[in-house]
Amino acid sequence: MTLKTIVRGKVTGKILKSSQPINFLGSIDKKTGEITDQKHDLFGKKIADSILIFPNGIGSSVGAYTIYSLKSNNVAPAAMACQKVDLTVASGCALANIPLFILSSDEYENMKDGDEISLG
Amino acid sequence: MELTKDEEKSLNGEHGEALQTAYRILSATGEATDAEKLVPIHWAHVSGVNYNTIGDAGEEFLATLSKNAKFRVRTTVNPMGYDKDSVEKFGLDENFIQKQESIRESYKRMGAIPTFSCIPYELYDMPGEGTQVAFAETNAAIYANSIGKLKTNKESAFSALASAITGKSPYSDLRKDDSPTMSIAMKVSDPNELTFGLLGYFAGKVADKSVAISGVKNLDKRCNKSLCASMGTSGSCGKFVLDDNSNASEKVDFDEKEMQKVYDELNTTESGDLITLGSPQLGLEEMNDLSSMLKGRAFKKRCLIFCPRAIQEQARHLGYAGQLESAGCELMSDCCTCLTPLVTKKDVDKVTTNSIKGAYYYKNSSGLDVNLKPLSKIIEDETS
Repeated sequence: MTLKTIVRGKVTGKILKSSQPINFLGSIDKKTGEITDQKHDLFGKKIADSILIFPNGIGSSVGAYTIYSLKSNNVAPAAMACQKVDLTVASGCALANIPLFILSSDEYENMKDGDEISLG
Repeated sequence: MELTKDEEKSLNGEHGEALQTAYRILSATGEATDAEKLVPIHWAHVSGVNYNTIGDAGEEFLATLSKNAKFRVRTTVNPMGYDKDSVEKFGLDENFIQKQESIRESYKRMGAIPTFSCIPYELYDMPGEGTQVAFAETNAAIYANSIGKLKTNKESAFSALASAITGKSPYSDLRKDDSPTMSIAMKVSDPNELTFGLLGYFAGKVADKSVAISGVKNLDKRCNKSLCASMGTSGSCGKFVLDDNSNASEKVDFDEKEMQKVYDELNTTESGDLITLGSPQLGLEEMNDLSSMLKGRAFKKRCLIFCPRAIQEQARHLGYAGQLESAGCELMSDCCTCLTPLVTKKDVDKVTTNSIKGAYYYKNSSGLDVNLKPLSKIIEDETS
């Protein structure tokens, strides 16, 4: 894989994959790391320690603080990888030191939910 | 992204921890958006002020950062969690107030102007066309790019904060003059501000970085703000242009059917226990307009109106504030309809509003039912 690295780091973990964009402010509980948006395909899932794979971030600029809070509360993903990285996800991961990668559409397609993977 | 020697030194920590943190953020956002360099910006607008949204981790981060960081450009700030003047009416706990005051102090120490507003574009004259700024708060970023003729990325809370500290921001797509690759044809007749809110929410979902909209002419301020705020809520799109002759390769229609879909996603009830107006906060023109619409009428339910402190003071001076209060409105400043601890499940189950952005956060973050109506209909149904 020729991933583009946005925030450096080496990680191994289980893939938690979503086919929907994520609004970190509106749809994740920052204390538990649980997805609270009932319409989201990851509803009820906990993102802690996963390799969180999703198309892109959307919505509020304050979502960056949610990412930082998830890390401070020890419920952050081990790493994130998106097809398109917006400024909210990029800056949140940079400050929280969560490895972040950009995936091509083929790479995104090939990532299977539940698989163990090493990145970075 | 290429950094100058001086920027590189800052990134390596040679100019202190605060600048290092700021450059680490800008390097990541620059890489993520394929920017080739950083450019100077002349105004930063920072989000991440409300304790309700940034929490303990955010409060502690800002307290530490503000020991060393100083803003280098004019920096305005987003709403916080409450209005100090009426905070005792809402029964907030001591911890909330203490943490919110700490956040306010941190921003003050760094040199922020205490605007506590999501409409910085109505508090200051707009700088010259093409001026580079860095606006977080998505409605403000989209407004700046689309109506203010300024240039900003759709900044995040941290990227705008980093820009305030460094005076720089990545030279990413929205700062360049690329034309939109998608055009949306507005097919709904007789639109009001709620229609444009629904259009914006739809556009945010389907469009990429920027979008052209055809079939729309001369929007008034209320419609413009509604469009900007809802577009920012649903997607990552940071700019729109009204253009009937766009050469965008992808074209989609926004018709009654599409509009109904968005409405059904966000509207969950047919009436509310409480009315809220002002997401985005109301400007002076809207306060004037609303006070005229309410002449001789009064709300039958509680109605909260959110506007910046500076606007409330002007409105008081000009008589609009008194007229609105006579009609039963409560004026709230320094805070916002969405994500305030003032409107929660503890006191209310269902809210009536004309704001799509408000509806989204009431529903998804506060777990409230939402009744969406245009302002004219709210006044017709809820006043006598």
